Amino acid sequence: MVDLSINFAGIQTPNPFWLASAPPTDKAYNVERAFRAGWGGAIWKTLGEDPPIVNTASRYGAISYKGLRVAGFNNIELITDRPLQVNLDEITSVKRRWPKRAVVVSLMVPCTEDSWKNILRRVEGTNADGVELNFGCPHGMSERGMGAAVGQVPDYVEMVTRWCKQHTRMPVIVKLTPNVTSILPPARAAVKGGADALSLINTINSIVSIDLDLMAPEPTVDGKGTHGGYCGPAVKPIALHMAAEIARDPDCHNIPVSAIGGIETWRDAAEFMALGARSVQVCTAAMHYGFKIVDDMIDGLERWMEKSRYDRIEDFRGRAVKNVTDWQHLNLNYKTVAEIDQDLCIKCGLCHIVCEDTSHQAVAALRNDGRRRYQVIESECVGCNLCMHVCPVEGCITMKPVDTGKPALDWTRHPNNPLRQAAE
Amino acid sequence: MTQTPEIKHEGPDIVSGRLAASRYAENFADIHPPLAREQALVEANRCYFCYDAPCIEACPTGIDIPGFIKKIATDNVAGAGMRILEANIFGGACARVCPTEILCEGACVRAAQEGDPIAIGRLQRYATDPILARASHPFARGAPTGKRIAVVGGGPAGLSCAHRLAQLGHQVAVFEARPRLGGLNEYGVAEYKVPDRFARREVDFILGIGGIEAHANQALGRDVSLAQLRQDYDAVFLGMGLAGVKALECEGESLPGVANAVDYIAQLRSAEDLARLPVGRRVVVIGGGNTAIDIAVQTRRLGADEVTLVYRRGPEMMGATSHEQEFAQVNGVTIRHWAKPIRLRAEAGHVAAAEFETTRIEEGKLVGTGAAFSLPADMVFKAIGQSFIADPLETDRLDALELRHGKIEVDDQFRTTVRGVWAGGDCVARGLDLTVEAVEQGKRAAHSIDAALKG
Repeated sequence: MVDLSINFAGIQTPNPFWLASAPPTDKAYNVERAFRAGWGGAIWKTLGEDPPIVNTASRYGAISYKGLRVAGFNNIELITDRPLQVNLDEITSVKRRWPKRAVVVSLMVPCTEDSWKNILRRVEGTNADGVELNFGCPHGMSERGMGAAVGQVPDYVEMVTRWCKQHTRMPVIVKLTPNVTSILPPARAAVKGGADALSLINTINSIVSIDLDLMAPEPTVDGKGTHGGYCGPAVKPIALHMAAEIARDPDCHNIPVSAIGGIETWRDAAEFMALGARSVQVCTAAMHYGFKIVDDMIDGLERWMEKSRYDRIEDFRGRAVKNVTDWQHLNLNYKTVAEIDQDLCIKCGLCHIVCEDTSHQAVAALRNDGRRRYQVIESECVGCNLCMHVCPVEGCITMKPVDTGKPALDWTRHPNNPLRQAAE
Repeated sequence: MTQTPEIKHEGPDIVSGRLAASRYAENFADIHPPLAREQALVEANRCYFCYDAPCIEACPTGIDIPGFIKKIATDNVAGAGMRILEANIFGGACARVCPTEILCEGACVRAAQEGDPIAIGRLQRYATDPILARASHPFARGAPTGKRIAVVGGGPAGLSCAHRLAQLGHQVAVFEARPRLGGLNEYGVAEYKVPDRFARREVDFILGIGGIEAHANQALGRDVSLAQLRQDYDAVFLGMGLAGVKALECEGESLPGVANAVDYIAQLRSAEDLARLPVGRRVVVIGGGNTAIDIAVQTRRLGADEVTLVYRRGPEMMGATSHEQEFAQVNGVTIRHWAKPIRLRAEAGHVAAAEFETTRIEEGKLVGTGAAFSLPADMVFKAIGQSFIADPLETDRLDALELRHGKIEVDDQFRTTVRGVWAGGDCVARGLDLTVEAVEQGKRAAHSIDAALKG
């Protein structure tokens, strides 16, 4: 029997699927609907100091890709625009009614110790399970010295984390911004400051599109627009990379991570867990389809774990980390060539034209008695995979390993590397 | 609803107004309504943008199909429409009447992959409709060459040729035997394929380029002669289609109530009010091509109770595509295969029944089995094919103009065997007599004429 329950830095939840701090978690009404749908936890939309901030109309931009809506999503909404006490009262009542689900409170206040101390004291009164420090929000709040403006300066991350650890008994999760050249300095700073856990990634600086009639960015607010935070399926690769960096880092690899970034399915979640995540947070997918998507996330993950003979998430968590390496350690003597299954081929010719125009001229376009045939020229094929990716037929093009008869050899020892390590 | 006609004790049951007035508009409305933008985008985005795309090869006019579909996907609808019309000025009609299932859509790689090709015809309509709706013509005439060309026949072949000639700077005169230009699009295909006077709008669009004079009611051999046209013009293009209808060659063929399908369709297409067009209660259609399907379905949609289409061979031998056959069946037409007419029987001087003998293939030949059946009929339509009537060409005086299989012989540039005379469309001995082929042949003849005149 598969058990999806987790213990995340002391926070117990029946499953690892949490809602990220965002519009879906702004009010008790929404959060309770989410819990009824089966979500394991929710990070309450970020609280700040009174008076509340003011939001704009509109707030969202989206990328539609070839008819697929919301492939990427962007927002310029700020933190909660409701009075602090209203939120605290609702958090208290939700936690009372849903004791087994995690209610974590996201926080963002000015960079002074008193501000953090005061708000932490008030949040403790709610019996929330923990706090998440919002060091990531890239728009609006960062102009006021909060959010990403803190997250981009490791010294501030460490300082604020330390204050929070001093002033609360609750677990402190530090939410990181991806708007940095390397995720490691802020992640290490959070660890150094005593964080109980990390969550990442927050949204990415972005302008989703320009309205060519208005000549203004979208979303457009009375003729003008501003950059917002990018999220949704399009950002998952960026998030996976940052999760992997943290999982591989000696200073960070033991700290619990709650992964965020384009997670929409159980498979997305499993991938982040394979890179070490203990819980995952979701926002865009819920904002696209509603809370019921958690049903298949739970069911799909359970069935996959059962099939793979994993009883608990801990059984496979982090298993992919050891296979994430630096480029220089990849085996340069490993060869593959593309193979086209002629029975599956529908003759679209994309494999040929992309190889011909943009790669290695390794797929021939032939006509046999007028019939099209696309054939790999193995001697020219470098095994790059491009044809496999553009082929619209699943399984038609596969990459076949070729036995070179040569031992594994990476760049560190390769003769072409002037800085190679001498062979023993 | 079928209204109960007056009770008749003898004679055929042929009346007009079988349906409630509102049903006519419904029954003859567009069978494939235009795609909305969202639908078009979803469909366009299904296209793989193939290299060496099989659909292009399957299109007789060689339209850059992936190219125009890509433009639809980027909301460059005008660019898409122009890409189509550059190759095929009848892109609008072809979007509606092409048997796409045996052409572009039949070749679509998605058909091979999942049996669900891109709806190329409907996308083509989506792209061309806005251009045909524009007030101004999108193509410019070339610098005047001073050459004058006579085009005989104002159907797809003739008008495609005329339009391309005008684009190349020539002056064109079109001679059309019927009152209106448009050919089969105007007179010959089912109303619901080209409703709302589409054929007329398209003709107006094509003539919009300028430099094309249209002479209606001018029949070759009656009002104009080929000899005269050759004298008066620098070149002549013949695109007069097929004026003859093949005979059943069975007893009773000339009885009242027996008609050519093409004539009745022409009458239907020209009717101001379909409620006033008489139609039989029991209709028998003999033939297996698209005209047979068009007459069968249209008489059903006019309110005929029983429409039976009888074809002498099996379904796979029918000229009508399987898609067309299914369409007839969905419309309540009964299709009977493997039977040939042996006699049309009269009562009170009017056809009353059609008698058939069942057939089979014996040693590669179609033979009667001896078994017969009779279908009661108020109307019998002949739709076993059309034929070319060469008389207007006065071939006896132009012995150099050769025919092949009863049609005009042309070379690969659509030159006839008479100097200065080109031909294309159904009247030449090439292709399957499809609209899209006629358009291509007219276009290619225009380039050949242009080269000859400039050379």
